[in-house]
Formats: sequence, structure tokens, C-alpha cells
Amino acid sequence: MHYNTGYHREAVPLVRRFVEMFRDAEAVCVPSASCVAMMREHYEMMAEADGDLAFIAEVRSLLPRVFEFSELLVNRLGIEDVGAVFPHSVTYHPSCHSLRMLHVGDAPVKLLHSVRGLSLLELPQKEQCCGFGGTFAVKNPDVSLAMLTEKDACILQTGAEVVTALDNSCLMQIYGGLHRAGSQVRTMHLAEILASTGGDA
Amino acid sequence: MSIVVGKTAKAPDFPIAAKTALKNDQLRRNVHHATNVIRNKRALRVEEMPDWEQLRDAGSEIKQHTLAHLDHYLIEFERNCELAGGKVHWARDADEANRIAIELIRHYGGDGPGVEVIKVKTMTSDEVQMNHALEAAGIKPIETDLADMIVQLGNDEPSHIVVPALHKNRFEIRDIFREKMGKPELTEQPENLTAAARTYLRERFLRTKIGISGANFAVAETGSVCVVESEGNGRMCVTLPEVLITLVGIEKVIPTFADLEVFLQTLPRSATGERMNPYNSLWTGVAAGDGPRAFHVILLDNGRTKLLHDELERETLQCIRCGACLNACPVYRETGGHAYGSIYSGPIGAILSPQLQSMEHSRSLPYASTLCGACYEVCPVKINIPEVLIHLRGEVVREDQKTLSGRLTPENLAMQAAANIFLSHRRYEAAQRLARIGQTLFKRDGQLTNLPGMAGAWTRSRDLRPIPKQSFRDWWKSREKNGEPNA
Repeated sequence: MHYNTGYHREAVPLVRRFVEMFRDAEAVCVPSASCVAMMREHYEMMAEADGDLAFIAEVRSLLPRVFEFSELLVNRLGIEDVGAVFPHSVTYHPSCHSLRMLHVGDAPVKLLHSVRGLSLLELPQKEQCCGFGGTFAVKNPDVSLAMLTEKDACILQTGAEVVTALDNSCLMQIYGGLHRAGSQVRTMHLAEILASTGGDA
Repeated sequence: MSIVVGKTAKAPDFPIAAKTALKNDQLRRNVHHATNVIRNKRALRVEEMPDWEQLRDAGSEIKQHTLAHLDHYLIEFERNCELAGGKVHWARDADEANRIAIELIRHYGGDGPGVEVIKVKTMTSDEVQMNHALEAAGIKPIETDLADMIVQLGNDEPSHIVVPALHKNRFEIRDIFREKMGKPELTEQPENLTAAARTYLRERFLRTKIGISGANFAVAETGSVCVVESEGNGRMCVTLPEVLITLVGIEKVIPTFADLEVFLQTLPRSATGERMNPYNSLWTGVAAGDGPRAFHVILLDNGRTKLLHDELERETLQCIRCGACLNACPVYRETGGHAYGSIYSGPIGAILSPQLQSMEHSRSLPYASTLCGACYEVCPVKINIPEVLIHLRGEVVREDQKTLSGRLTPENLAMQAAANIFLSHRRYEAAQRLARIGQTLFKRDGQLTNLPGMAGAWTRSRDLRPIPKQSFRDWWKSREKNGEPNA
């Protein structure tokens, strides 16, 4: 949030904090594609701007161990079926950063296809941004809403009960519009669907 | 030296201008339709190219190399252009470019009133507001690109780099033609509109002695200039008049003739979804008995050299003005081009305008993007627009933080507080507890629907789920306590 909004100086201590928290981890699983994109695209650059050689080295050593959730499961661990049961119709919104920065490809779709009872419905114009964009949503609320309205219309067109994504930020935006419009369509992170065993969902 | 890109200095901030655009349903329908059509055509023409990514790389590398040695290539261009009989002029800014153009027009066309010049679409001349300058000097510029003519006759501003009248549909165009061409019977059939434009333009092509063009490329090795277009008006403008004046941004120079091989593939496919432009005009100096008898090139800086020192900023100058980023941009799609307050609109405009002119005129532009990356994905010269946007946002923030009032804005205070909270576990959990209590004031039917301050910009149109009673971390801890397995 800080770096993308232009608060570059303020973002550096947050990178340091991340490194301190996770330096000993074998793998870091992040349930947000845009967070991973920020790390991969900018952490090294931020550390370099800071100039502390030890810090730069730590960032470089940690980054290859950071994975987006679906990446970790499918690409790293080779798991597509986690044994989930979710008897509902679902549409998948490929968030911009998962699509164009992380290139997760069809990893999330593979995971969804393996869920028992789940019917996956194709989202029209799926690659179009939902209009969240971090502080964009409040700095440009009207444009953000116009983009969201298009996205939500596409979601409703599928007739799905649930819309899922790899980013809670996009889902927060999508939910905000759907709920305000009185829609019953639910927003769930992919991890929530994969954690379902068919009981309460 | 004050640099202004078109009318930007007077433009309202993007969010305000966008609000006006969003209320115009007709405009939005026109923009949606047009961008959908071009987007799909482009995708088709790109898919059929097995070496598209290599072409993008090559285009980017040629431009990077040229910009790193711009001094060398500009002088090489000047030398070769003049050897072939052209004359090169150097313009530091808009005023200088306009002054040179007016002097040349007076020299060849006389001082009398009503001197006409025909123009083939040139964004750069819009950048320096050349038409206004010419009119003020009693010279009548005639735009000959169909869309530019529509914009000029309608006293409008271009809204797209490649398709300047993209915001108008044929009914609106019919009305402009009816009024300005004195043809009250004209109907909106495209053939009829085109025929009316053709008749109107032919007369002017044939009677006008001076032409003004822009350039897509200026080749250093040969001193040649290249213009690509679809209507043939460009070919007319650069061949029929006795005198040709070409205005070129200094970033348009490329080293060799062979470099065109890359750009003449990527530009048309990216811009209009065509394999090749219908008209590719290339000319070198003057030739006896063929084309203009006098040829002048005005090389324009207008803020471009400021960008050369920084590798990232310099990327902006790689742009070949194909407009693919506009068509791909979900923000442009909703607002159209006018909201950007500059003749350079869309993602490229959001990085170009704030860098060419002083930032105070366009400080909202770097924020006119969700950083979705669609622009970077389609850019045929691989300008990392999201990265440049973030870089410029950093400049805006650093500039703001220099003053006390800038440090005291709600945004800056919130950002500082958030950074502080994110740095400590204890503070983060305390903030969460505080928010859980605070949010009860704003809860309605279990939703946050009316938050104060900056968050109000969210809840005016969107609901927000309240912070749950139990965080993931608390839940995890409670599982541990109850002896449940964590794996």
C-alpha cells in the first residue's frame, strides 16, 4: 500500500520487518497475489535504494522462498486435489497481479477443477481489472465504481453462487459492490473453498 | 521556461474531470465500443505473429540504445537531412517551435491575411498548441486527418492518440458536418460522411501551398522522415504542397533505415490492428520535379531532455504513439481521453504529461491507474508504465512532504500511522481491537455503510464487511490451546 501510493521511504522498514519475521522460513505462503507481486517486483529495488548490503542479501535469499498460495500448491508441491468438497457454482476472477505479474496461469483453475461438487463457470471479460487498485479505490472512487459495476455485471451474468480470486483486496471490492446492490452472490478466497468439506458451505 | 502539454495547465484534477466524463453515457458507450473493436483487432493481429515478443524486445532495445546516444543520432539526422536538401531547426519548447513555424510560413506564404496551411495529423503540434499559435498569427491551419478534422470543426479536443474523435459517433459527426460544411441534408451513413469529407478536403489539398506534418520516425542514417497513416491525407500533405514543414519530437529519431523493419510491423498492429498501414510515406530532403521544393524539420525538445538522465523516466520516451495502452486500459475505457486534461491521454499520458511539464499541473495523473498492468502487457516497445507511475507517485509524495501543510494532510498522517502500526505486532492488534469497537458506530445490518473521512469514499458506493470478532491469528492460537492439530 505504501510503496504503490508513493510512500517509498515509509515502505522500507516494512520490508525489513518482513525479512526479520520470515528469514528462517523454509517457504512463505502468501494468500495474496498482489502482495507477492510487490515483493518480487520491488523488495530488492527497495533494499538496494536503502543501500545496506546485508539487508539486500537477506531480501535476495528470502524472495525465492516466497510463494503465492496456488503457486505453492500446484507449481511447487504438485498438488491439485486437496480433497475439498464444495457443491456450488463458482466463477473465478483472475486478479491483475496474479495474471500479469505472477503469471500463475491455470494453477488456481486446476485446484478448482479438482474440488468435488464444484461447477466452474467462465467469467466474461475475466482479465479486466475490478477497479480496486489499492488507494485508487478511494482516490478515484467514481472511476473505481464504474469499473466495479462492469465486473459485477459480468459476475452476475455467469449466474454463479460464489466468486473467488487469489486476492482478498479484489474480493473486498467485488463484495462491496455486489452487497450494496443487494446481490446474494458470495465472495470467497480460493483458500476458503479449498478448506471446505461440504458441510457448512 | 514553462512547459505545457496542450491545455493541461488549465485542466481539473483527474478524479474531478473523470466524474464529468462518467456522467456522459453517450461518451462512455462510444469509448467502450471503439476500444473493444480496436482491442480485439489488435489481439488477432498480434496472435498471428510467432515472433511478436522478439519484435517487442527489438523495438525496446533500439529505442533504449537511441535514447542513450540521442545527441549523436540527432546530429547525424541533421547532417544527413541537410545533405539531402532539407533544413533542420532546433526548438527548445512550444513557443520556439511555433515561432519557427510561423516565420517559415510567412517567408513562403507572405504576410497577408488568410494564408492557409494543410496539416496531416501530428500529436506534437497539438502538444505545442500550434493551431492556436497559427490562428493568433492570422494563419489558417486545416486538419486533413478525418478524425482531426472532426475535432477541429467541432471546436473539440482530441481524446485518443490514434483515433482523436473516438468519443464521437456518426450521428454526432453528421451534426458537425451539417453545420460546418453547410450541408443540412447530410445523412449519417459512413459512405456519405466520407464523401462529404473527401470533397471538402480535396479542394483544400489542391489549393494550399504549405503543408505541416509530424513524423512517426526520423532516420538518422539517411535523414529520412516517415509518416504512416490510413487515409492518404498524409501522402497528399507531404507531396502536394510546395513547402513542407515537419515537426518532430527529438525522441522520434532511430539510427538506421533497417530499424523501420521492426516498427513498421509493431506500430500498425498495435495501433489499429492492421498488418500494415495503408500509407507509409518516406521522404528524404527535396528532389527536383517531385514533391515539395522546400523541406524544413523542426526538432522539438519541450521537456524531453529532462527525462534522459534517469533510466526509468527515459523509458517514457520509447513511446511510438500507437495508443494500444489506451485501448487496453480499464480506466481510459470508463473515462475516455478528455479526463486526462492533456492531448496525451490514457496510461502513456499519465506518465508523459507529468514528466514533460512541471508536476504541479498534473499531479493527479500518476494516480489515475489501478496498476493492473494491461498497458505494459500490450506495449510494443515494453514501457513499464506501472513502474513509472509508481516512481512518479513517489515524486508527488516527496514533494508534498517538503511542506508542513503537505505533511499534515489526512492521507499522509494515515500513511505514517499505518506504517507505524504494521511495524509492531502489539500496535497492530491494539488497532484491530480499537477498530472493532469503533466500527459499531457505523454498522448497519451487519455492514459498514457510512464511514467517515477517506474511508467514506469507499462506503459511499460500496459496503464493507466489519472486522470479524476473531482474527485468523486468534483462531490459530485457540486451536493450539485446545490441542487441535495444526497440520
